[in-house]
Amino acid sequence: MKNFQIIRALSSGSAVTNISKESSAMFIAGGTNLVDLMKKNVTAPDKLIDINGLDLKKIEFLKGKVSIGALAKNSQVAEDSSIKEKHPLLALALAAGASQQIRHMATVGGNMFQKTRCSYYYNTDMPCNKRNPKSGCGAIGGANRMHAIFGASESCIAVHPSDMCVALAALDANVLVEGPKGKRQIKFTDFHRLPGNTPEKDTTLENKELITSVEIPDNNFTKNVHYLKVRDRTSYAFALVSVAVALDLKNNVINNVRLAMGGVAHKPWRLTEAEEFLKGKTVSEEIFKQAANLAMKGAKSYGDNDFKLTLAPNAITEALTIAASK
Amino acid sequence: MASKKTDQNKVTENDSNSRRDFIKKSGLLTALAFTPPSLVMASENKWDEKIAEYLETVPLSIEVNGKMHNLNIEPRTTLLDLLREQLQLTGTKKGCDHGQCGACTVHVNGTRILSCLTLATMQQNAQVTTIEGLSKGKKLHPMQEAFIKHDGFQCGYCTPGQIMSGIACIKEGHANSREEIREYMSGNICRCGAYHNIVDAITEVKEGGKEL
Repeated sequence: MKNFQIIRALSSGSAVTNISKESSAMFIAGGTNLVDLMKKNVTAPDKLIDINGLDLKKIEFLKGKVSIGALAKNSQVAEDSSIKEKHPLLALALAAGASQQIRHMATVGGNMFQKTRCSYYYNTDMPCNKRNPKSGCGAIGGANRMHAIFGASESCIAVHPSDMCVALAALDANVLVEGPKGKRQIKFTDFHRLPGNTPEKDTTLENKELITSVEIPDNNFTKNVHYLKVRDRTSYAFALVSVAVALDLKNNVINNVRLAMGGVAHKPWRLTEAEEFLKGKTVSEEIFKQAANLAMKGAKSYGDNDFKLTLAPNAITEALTIAASK
Repeated sequence: MASKKTDQNKVTENDSNSRRDFIKKSGLLTALAFTPPSLVMASENKWDEKIAEYLETVPLSIEVNGKMHNLNIEPRTTLLDLLREQLQLTGTKKGCDHGQCGACTVHVNGTRILSCLTLATMQQNAQVTTIEGLSKGKKLHPMQEAFIKHDGFQCGYCTPGQIMSGIACIKEGHANSREEIREYMSGNICRCGAYHNIVDAITEVKEGGKEL
């Protein structure tokens, strides 16, 4: 690892001021993604700004929403009794991600800001438009079993690996950020972006902005929720396909529904068309299958990941069935 | 000087080399005469490199297994490398060094984390417990005893990480069934496949109800 300078920020304002002074400076929180990338020499900042001293760790239940500080640890949120009660989908998704050791280290902000990446991004001997713009994509025509089936481009077919973010996309969360130009709010579903011609950009965060918290508006998704994660081993692996389902049922009629997928796109993939189709319908296997087929519109595979075209709709149907039966 | 007689060109070259050498040497001697003796010594002992190293380091106070250490470390030093290379606590193992195997699991302020993905400089005043800090004198920790009793290992390389993780798994309240233990121990890989016996060991310690 290349050596670097490290300074400890005492306020979010000073963190932003400090990062603005140096072009290759980066924030560090849990470090579980960044330290790994620095060891591989994929990322080599000259300066790190340690933000762990900032007062951004609280989970606060406010009027109409819950606010989760960007520095709250993944395990802290997953095991918070009020989160489990009011936003069980988020708790389930968090518990499905990484390992307990990593969840103890990784922060909510860091989880969101982790790189959308694949093995070609890590391998500095291979081309990768995300790591080295205009160098080509090793995964297209290469080993692409883990890769995207929605929203990919000729430049990049990597997927965002987070489970937490799939739940936050489904729950209509908002991201609060602070930058040199002040504070602003970003809709969670607009926070991550599709690769297009600029796959090096994973998010719509502007240069030098700091994530300070994420907010989830209150909802009725407290019972019929499920996070289904299909992976190569039972635990501690990235999703091949994951599905977040939240149903608000009244006498078996779908009052409201949220659906999102992980492991299929450069960003958490919200299934709005399937949601609209399901609203007002009575729960049945048949309508779940129809919703799953609708969700697959526009899907495209790249060889090794052809199986996802079958796995994804099956996973959607399965997740809806499990959620409805809870 | 034999070349002087056989090759005229060489002679010239050698002569010029000698002259250059002479100038260099005399220049060096002159410089040395004006150099403080301490710097000459510094150069001989490669102290210059050590001074440069020092300038690139940051101070760190950290408590490991109850002992306070005041150190100067490079910012890029991971907690794992600090433990193994500087504090000679080699019980904590380096497996993958990328957060995928759990062999480097230690407790920081009572929480299990991966020391390979932790920058030591970010653990100012932290309390670290490693596998070396578990036993009380010659008395092994109950989890260590249970691993021996249930044969919770074969080659032993992942064992320190498994034991640190197993203790935390119980303390966190995630050892209520074999399935839950397996899920919450999934960050610790055992290539020998001693999983069944590891779960036995953790289950026994959990059911023994001893304070860990």
